[in-house]
Amino acid sequence: MPKKIHVQAVINGQPMDFLCEPRQSLLEVLRDELRLTGSKEGCNNGNCGACNVLLDGRLVNSCLVFGAEVQGKAVTTIEGIATAQGLHPLQQKFLEHAALQCGICTPGFIVAAKALLEKNPKPSEEQVRHWLAGNLCRCTGYDKIIRAVLDAARLGS
Amino acid sequence: MKEIDYAAPATLTEATALLARKGARALAGGTDLIVQVRENRRDAELLVDLKNIAELNTLRFDAKEGLVLGAAVPCYRIAEHPDVRKRYPGLGDGVALIGGVQIQSRASVGGNLCNASPAADSIPALIALGASAVIATPSGTRDLIPVEKFCTGPGRTILGPGELLVHLHLPPPAPNSSSAYLRFIPRKEMDIAVVGVGVALALNDNRTACVFARIALGAVGPTPLLVPEAGAALAGRPLAEADLERAAELAQAQALPISDMRGSADYRRHLVGVLVKRALRIALQRVKGG
Repeated sequence: MPKKIHVQAVINGQPMDFLCEPRQSLLEVLRDELRLTGSKEGCNNGNCGACNVLLDGRLVNSCLVFGAEVQGKAVTTIEGIATAQGLHPLQQKFLEHAALQCGICTPGFIVAAKALLEKNPKPSEEQVRHWLAGNLCRCTGYDKIIRAVLDAARLGS
Repeated sequence: MKEIDYAAPATLTEATALLARKGARALAGGTDLIVQVRENRRDAELLVDLKNIAELNTLRFDAKEGLVLGAAVPCYRIAEHPDVRKRYPGLGDGVALIGGVQIQSRASVGGNLCNASPAADSIPALIALGASAVIATPSGTRDLIPVEKFCTGPGRTILGPGELLVHLHLPPPAPNSSSAYLRFIPRKEMDIAVVGVGVALALNDNRTACVFARIALGAVGPTPLLVPEAGAALAGRPLAEADLERAAELAQAQALPISDMRGSADYRRHLVGVLVKRALRIALQRVKGG
């Protein structure tokens, strides 16, 4: 058995301990060890954004982070976006605008869009499109996603 | 991914000792390395995470010292740094083009340099700006190497076992100077340069003539290339269109492009001419615009 590393991190606001192999990505740790399967594996090489999470508030591809690297850091996944009071405005607007079909890319888009609106609460359409360039969707043609994000921004998420 | 070991040393001494081990590789943002190891394109038995070492996370500007850019500083910190935007805009242009937001959160200029891709977006501007690489060795000495001599071939650098890029040093900008980096890709973002061009230039005090210029090319040779003759031809010139044309021709003559899926050698050589002139006009405008 390969040597496992003990990691302490805050996942969606909760302090957590986990063991991981050095070769395991944060995405693998989230899905396989912590059973947080909202983050998806698309390309597994940093192109598609389906695995997007926030690492200390910065948007990253969790397939390009080792689990061992998050020692002492805070991770927010799609599971940490909604609250007990209900869906996040971005999630609500994705539903209203039918901004998804198969849904594999959706968690990544929502986490990425949340990072955008926290940095820039009133982005232009061009800014939204540019920010989301690292997220791929093969169903919607993007237009509904962009409209959902702009609508969530109008709502003041 | 095959089994690997991971270590996150807190000091340069520990890091160089670990990097001297067989199969050890330096890990900064990991945006190239993790994919390469996963896809068996680079061998690694031990990944040495450098992000806990203070020297590699330094980003500071001083009017006398210039810019000290730690090898593990991620692109977003560089792109957002007010002194980089104001004094080294060509470097800012380059890092803002690397990947998307997600990649810029992690990817470092030190990693971009050590990955040694001929098409790396941060290297032509570093070369144009006269940057040097500061290297730590296992014996504790520091070597200083001009960035244009750092890469020795695609994916290869001068670094030996146990050697580590600590930071990049950019000299203080000359008076009336500026810089720019431009690349050509068929889309707007998330792509690899077909050609990249970095320029830096300085004007005289009444801004009527060029004092010096440096031009560097990406993706038209086995490594990013400094093209000294092209820059030298601009010294003393008023930077009229004919001067820019002359520099572009000299840069084209020194380019060593190949044909591949991104473009033919002829196409790349043509792009070198177009981008050299455009990048020079942008840098000139930046000087004149304040």
